[in-house]
Amino acid sequence: MPFDAAQLLPILPEITILVTASLVLLVDLYLDDQQKDLNHSLTLVGILIAIALTGAVGGGEARVFFDGNLVRDALSDLLKGSILVVSLLAFVYARPWLRDRGMLVGEFYVLGLFAVLGMLIMVSANSFLTLYLGLELQALTLYALVAFDRDSRKGAEAGMKYFVLGALGSGMLLYGISMIYGATGSIEFGPVAAAVAEQEISNKVLVFGIVFLVIGIGFKFGAVPFHMWVPDIYEGAPTPAVLILGSAPKIAAFALAIRMLVDGLESLHTDWQGMLVILAVLSMGLGNLVAIAQSNIKRMLAYSTISHVGFIFLGLLSGSQQGYASAMFYTIVYAVMSAGAFGILLILGRKGFDAERLEDLKGLNDRDSWYAAMMALIMFSMAGVPPTVGFMAKLLVLESVIRIDMVWLALVAVFFSIIGAFYYLRVVKFIYFDKPAEDAPALLTTGGVRFAMSVNGLALLVLGLFPAALLSLCQAAFA
Amino acid sequence: MGFEKFLFYVLSLITVWSSVMVITRKNPVHSVLFLVLAFVASAALWVLLEAEFLGIVLILVYVGAVMVLFLFVVMMLDVDIATLRAGFIGYLPLGLLIAAVMAVEIFLIVGPANFGLAAFPSPEPAGVDASNTRDLGLLLYTVYVYPVEIAAVILLVAIVAAIRLTLRRRPDNKYVDPARQVRVRKGPDRVRLVSMATEDLAPAPAGATIADKGESQ
Repeated sequence: MPFDAAQLLPILPEITILVTASLVLLVDLYLDDQQKDLNHSLTLVGILIAIALTGAVGGGEARVFFDGNLVRDALSDLLKGSILVVSLLAFVYARPWLRDRGMLVGEFYVLGLFAVLGMLIMVSANSFLTLYLGLELQALTLYALVAFDRDSRKGAEAGMKYFVLGALGSGMLLYGISMIYGATGSIEFGPVAAAVAEQEISNKVLVFGIVFLVIGIGFKFGAVPFHMWVPDIYEGAPTPAVLILGSAPKIAAFALAIRMLVDGLESLHTDWQGMLVILAVLSMGLGNLVAIAQSNIKRMLAYSTISHVGFIFLGLLSGSQQGYASAMFYTIVYAVMSAGAFGILLILGRKGFDAERLEDLKGLNDRDSWYAAMMALIMFSMAGVPPTVGFMAKLLVLESVIRIDMVWLALVAVFFSIIGAFYYLRVVKFIYFDKPAEDAPALLTTGGVRFAMSVNGLALLVLGLFPAALLSLCQAAFA
Repeated sequence: MGFEKFLFYVLSLITVWSSVMVITRKNPVHSVLFLVLAFVASAALWVLLEAEFLGIVLILVYVGAVMVLFLFVVMMLDVDIATLRAGFIGYLPLGLLIAAVMAVEIFLIVGPANFGLAAFPSPEPAGVDASNTRDLGLLLYTVYVYPVEIAAVILLVAIVAAIRLTLRRRPDNKYVDPARQVRVRKGPDRVRLVSMATEDLAPAPAGATIADKGESQ
């Protein structure tokens, strides 16, 4: 069977990232300690080229490549683009932190790029096999990034915890996939959907498989009751690793859920809807309530992640095209907000000091009013205050739930989101109404970081005022 | 069919029994050896399913390479079983309950009702000239070439991650640089002749030294 080179076109972004990672791996060998910035430049150039290629090869009808292992559609185009943009921001924020601590080594960029590669593979997967391999690629690199600071006991512990629980989640997912395969005889989403629609095979096996798939998705998202790893890993891991782990992988996890539940098993929607309702209510409740009690800002953001995951599930469980689009909108917006929040924490850190307590944010306005404004924007957006985009995102998922007549669920969501507003606004209070600590020095940042953070923060405002562009892209992905 | 069925049950029993032994043995070396047994029995099960290539690869790769390596690691490390098992009894009832519920559920689902011979009739036995290796190779490098490439990247990540997490440069290490070692030239690098003035030492009588040594010992 001859190989058609045109098949390589849709994976040009993936190829670019792979080539960049390999290049950094090789170039790093010949660099002195002072020249390590070249790794950074190479990485950014590679990601920029990948973004351009995503736009160039994107668009048009959905098509399946590599004998059904890969699909290129509007969904994969948009998610690939947002993963690359968010990762670009993450790499820009991480550099000063790494340099201050002598960790600006090539491996960080190599591992980070491979994580991005894994996510890109996940969003364009068209079979359970490709999806699983992409997930493992992403997870393996993230385990290593969490334990990246190898002299830190906390980091090693967090890495170990993440590894064990992540492996458990992957195992559950694989078991569910094997059940689906047993019942339908295929690992490709198209044939699986066709076999499920025929309803000849026993429904019980499929539902049993879906239970495990949902558990796997819950683990990867960090939804209650599979959330135990999230706060510990966020607290123990070095902040740049948390930045990479907490932003773009959520987009990949969203793709995991969409590809499996919607592309493969949409006709069993009634079965997985109930499971997602439980996860959503528990996540929103526990996430928002426990976040109030946190004094460590990384832990607080971890619980805030859990609550946002609950909102993403609201859109997913509605089972309508509008619901999927709103969940996608929410996920992308959340990844941008999360990148910004951890970016600010990195900016606050300096040699020998990490911003970990809520008090470390005190008086940020007196130290640097522009960053203070950006952080306030991010917090308002996370709380869902208009006119920021967080409000739009929450509004859309609530609308999708109300459209399927689950008003009680929308009320629960609003109730917990009001509770959640408390701890976000508390951060804003620390920034603007408290005096900075005596020994707090002025913030020193590079122009690149300031530019990236300004883009990041203002994007939340602009998207909130003009959400139509991103929203129509999201809706086009499910049209 | 009769003998194959018998073989299947014997091998499955060995697999399940040795798997239980893996997690209940006190001595980690015993656990590893039981794991080897479990792998060998599952390889035999695969051969029974006419997947000869997979069966042989399981033995070659897992038993031959991975488990031997594992055995070395287990023997090198000083694993304190007592601390590992602390709290084991406390969690045991909950674990057993969940395991029991799961086992019953799995048995009900993956039982003859859903996966019986009626739903999945046994396939025709493969012909004499059917080649597992050839079929697998053809599939892997045509239909599944994309996943194979991703798996290759995963292996590369494993190498990079392992090296990053464990390799440390120790400047105080005393090691020999092999490159310098082999570059030694035969003449002046190996033997250095030193010209010294002769030193005038009165030779001690041979018998006396031996006697001295004998006394001192």
